[in-house]
This record gives sequence, C-alpha cells and structure tokens, in this order.
Amino acid sequence: MTRLPGERLDRRRGAERTDLADAIAPDALPVGVLALQGDVLEHARALAAVGLRPVAVRTPDQLAAVHGLVLPGGESTAIARALERSGLSGPLTARIADGLPVLGTCAGLILLSDELTGDDERLARPRGLAVRTERNAYGSQTASFDVRFAVSGIAGGPMEASFIRAPRIDAVLDPSVEVLATVDGHAVAVRQGSIIAMSFHPEVAGDHRLHALLADDIRRRAGR
Amino acid sequence: MAAGSDGTTTTTGSVRVKRGLADMLKGGVIMDVIDPEQARIAEEAGAVAVMALERVPADIRRDGGVARMSDPDMIDSIIASVSIPVMAKARIGHFVEAQVLQSLGVDYIDESEVLTPADEANHIDKQPFTVPFVCGATNLGEALRRISEGAAMIRSKGEAGTGNVVEATRHMRAITSGIRRLTQLDASELHTAAKELAAPYDLVAEVAELGRLPVVLFTAGGIATPADAAMMMHLGADGVFVGSGIFKSGDPVKRGRAIVEATTHFADPEVIARVSRSLGEAMVGIEISTIPPEQRYAGRGW
Repeated sequence: MTRLPGERLDRRRGAERTDLADAIAPDALPVGVLALQGDVLEHARALAAVGLRPVAVRTPDQLAAVHGLVLPGGESTAIARALERSGLSGPLTARIADGLPVLGTCAGLILLSDELTGDDERLARPRGLAVRTERNAYGSQTASFDVRFAVSGIAGGPMEASFIRAPRIDAVLDPSVEVLATVDGHAVAVRQGSIIAMSFHPEVAGDHRLHALLADDIRRRAGR
Repeated sequence: MAAGSDGTTTTTGSVRVKRGLADMLKGGVIMDVIDPEQARIAEEAGAVAVMALERVPADIRRDGGVARMSDPDMIDSIIASVSIPVMAKARIGHFVEAQVLQSLGVDYIDESEVLTPADEANHIDKQPFTVPFVCGATNLGEALRRISEGAAMIRSKGEAGTGNVVEATRHMRAITSGIRRLTQLDASELHTAAKELAAPYDLVAEVAELGRLPVVLFTAGGIATPADAAMMMHLGADGVFVGSGIFKSGDPVKRGRAIVEATTHFADPEVIARVSRSLGEAMVGIEISTIPPEQRYAGRGW
C-alpha cells in the first residue's frame, strides 16, 4: 500500500510500506477501504484495530481480492465520479448485491442508499440498502456536531461521534432493515443483511465497535 | 450546546468537528471558482470543495489594488449551486470579514495571503469561531503558529497565480522535512526546537510524536498540471488546492477532471500519462524571479 493521505511522514517510502503494517497478524483477512477520496486512513486504522488487514481499493483487481469493504467518509459526489472513472462502479455494485460485507459512514451511507431525496436521486451509486437518505440534512459545517447516543447490539455504553455535514436517514423502506441507533428521532445507524451504514463518523473519534460488527460478519462468512 | 427532542445534547464547533471536515477532504482537489457556473463545472469534474472568490489569483496579480472578501451575494449564489462544501477567503487579520463569512454559512474560511492583509502584526484568533479555518504556511514554524491560533487545516502558500509549482515544492519540503527532523530529536532538543520554530512546545512535541501535523496538510500555490498535483501528493500533501490553474487554462472541464484523477491515483504514472494527453493550453506561467519581492504573496503573514 502506498502512503495514505494523513499517514506519518517520517517513514522511508518503500513500495509496501505503511505504518499500519506493523500491528497486523500475518493471517488477518484482507478487507478493503475504498481509497478514492476521504478519511481512508482512519478506517484503515479501525480495521487493523479489529484484527483485519486493511487494503486500499482503487482498482477492480484490488476490489476482487477483499473479504469486505468500507466506504469511508468523504465527499459523496467526488467519490461517485471517481467510482465511474476508475471502472469500479459495475464490479462494486455486483459485489454488494452478491452479499459482500460492507460498512459505510456518511458519504458511504449516501452511496449505499436505495433512494436519495430530491435531485440527489440522480447521483450514480452502488445502492443495496433499503433506506431513503437526505444529503447535508443538518445544514452547513457550522451546524456539524458531536453527540452521545445509545447503539443497540454493541457493548460498552453509549457512542460519542461526530456528524460532519451529515446525511440523515429519512425513511426505512424495508422491514429487514434494523435500526441500530437514532438521534433526535431519526435513524442514524442501520443494518440490513451484509450492510452496516451510519450517518456519523465513529472512526474520527477512534470508536471501533461498529467495525467490530463488520469483522464478526466477515469472519463468520470466511469460517474463522 | 443544544438539546435534541430526545434528550441528547449536541455540541457544535468542537476541534474534532472542525478538523474532521478537513479529514473528509483528504485525497481530493479544491478548486477556485468565481461564479455558480464554474462551481458546477468544478463539482462535475470531481472537486471535493470549491473556494468562492471574486477574482482568481492570476487576475488579482494582474489587476493590483486591494483584494478583499467577496460579495455576499456571489457567495450565496455559489452555496446554492453545489452540494459540495464551499470555502471563502478572508484577509489576514480581518476578523470581521471572517464573522461575515461565518454568518453566510460557508463551510471553511481561508485566511489568505492572496487577499491584501488587513493586519500586519496579528492573524485572526480562530479558536472562538464555529466555522473552521485553513491557513497558508511556508515552513513548519508558521504552520504550528497558525494551528495554535485555531487553524483546523494547513496548506502550503506556494506562489498563487503564477502557474509555477516551485514555491509550493519549497514550502511542502520545508514543512515535511521539518516534521521528519522533529521525530529524531530527544526531549531536551524538542524545547530548543520549539524556540527555533517560534511555536508552542506542546504542538512541537505532538508533531514529534505523530510524525505529521495534528491537522490535514494540503498544498496550494502554482499547481497547474496533473503531474504537479501528483508530485505534491508524493511530497506529503493530503490533497490539493488549484486556484487559477483550471479556469485560466484552455479547457477547464477536461483539466479539472484530469487533476482530480491524478490526485486520486498519484502513485500510478500510467494514469497521470493518460489524463495528461490533449489537455489544451495550460495557464501561462510566471518565473518567480521576475516578480518583484513586494508583489510576492508568500511573504504576507509570518
């Protein structure tokens, strides 16, 4: 993996050198972070912390080799354009439909949503999660906020997370969608089949408990 | 602080939320735009944010005079035209321009040397603002002073409006080699380094521990080609600002997209080669030594 934006600058730039490599078990399952744009490094750290091997995914070959995938936070429009231009749109849509374990935060939630409100519905994206989501639902950056809230299905007390120009889930479109958390009456974390998605950023605060849910699912499917 | 209807307490304007938005921009390109049409072109090209300003730096350089914050109507119209974040520039030290920009709901303020400084001794005290700030720097000490004042993101200054990347290279190398040096110092030497950098000791020690700045580091100032952008990413930039380089070129749509792709795939020379083909005219460049020292922007701020 080449240096990810935000990594330490004091490493010698070897071809496969990354400061994440040190802590990873040799037999850890490779799991991708879509590395077209956004907070890729924070998710790579989260995956390493829950015992997986993070892999940057920028090409269809890289996508084909992973046991799961994180769609990180970032700008959903920019990531959607980059998906088309890098030839990843088709393969990613197919793998998600095929049951690839996926976790999406913020922009990732937008790209996974079956419906988007208003004109945003035209945004080309992989989909797969039966929710309707509104982009930038809380307003501009001055309205971005930190909040504590309970998340069902994880131990260790409430989660404290940042909502940064966050999207909001306006409607759940299928009974198979499980709501894991709500803030101010709106679903903000959901799970459906192999997909976990949330409108906030647990990775920015370094809370890896939702990534641990993804890791459990990946290990179960891999028979580990 | 505000209470939600289900009893949750929310906090806006925290350091984490301010720095967090910059984290979401990593690996992306932020483009200067002067109207809604350019903003839509930038978004379509794949920009992660736009910088709304009245004139791009190349025109500010050509026209001379005092360059100020943009007309609020223009900023409103750009905010209304795109879904990506909108940044806007305030003059160095002009805290009221910054208050106005915050009230307009911009997503980030650039306290920028491209505009004419309003205060020759002090930068804006950025901590009390809810909106985050990005500031330019030419070296590590300058970057840390801006972070100490509350900047949530740093960019190299480069020399804006020249289409010449050499100053951005100088500043990126000064910042990153300064960081690498700190990681090698012992505890006593770090105190001396703080004195030499004219920066707070706690920030110097944090950088020595992290091996990077505690905030996102972009590059800016003179980036004009896909190869320029990719080179800056290799030098340690987390992303790229492009000012005059796109809309002062022959084919802004194609060049904007090419610079975005080169930034995403900066380590893949085949991609850089592919996107660099038939881009049309790049902006006309200026050799730095031909610019009189008093007309160089990088020397504004300290």
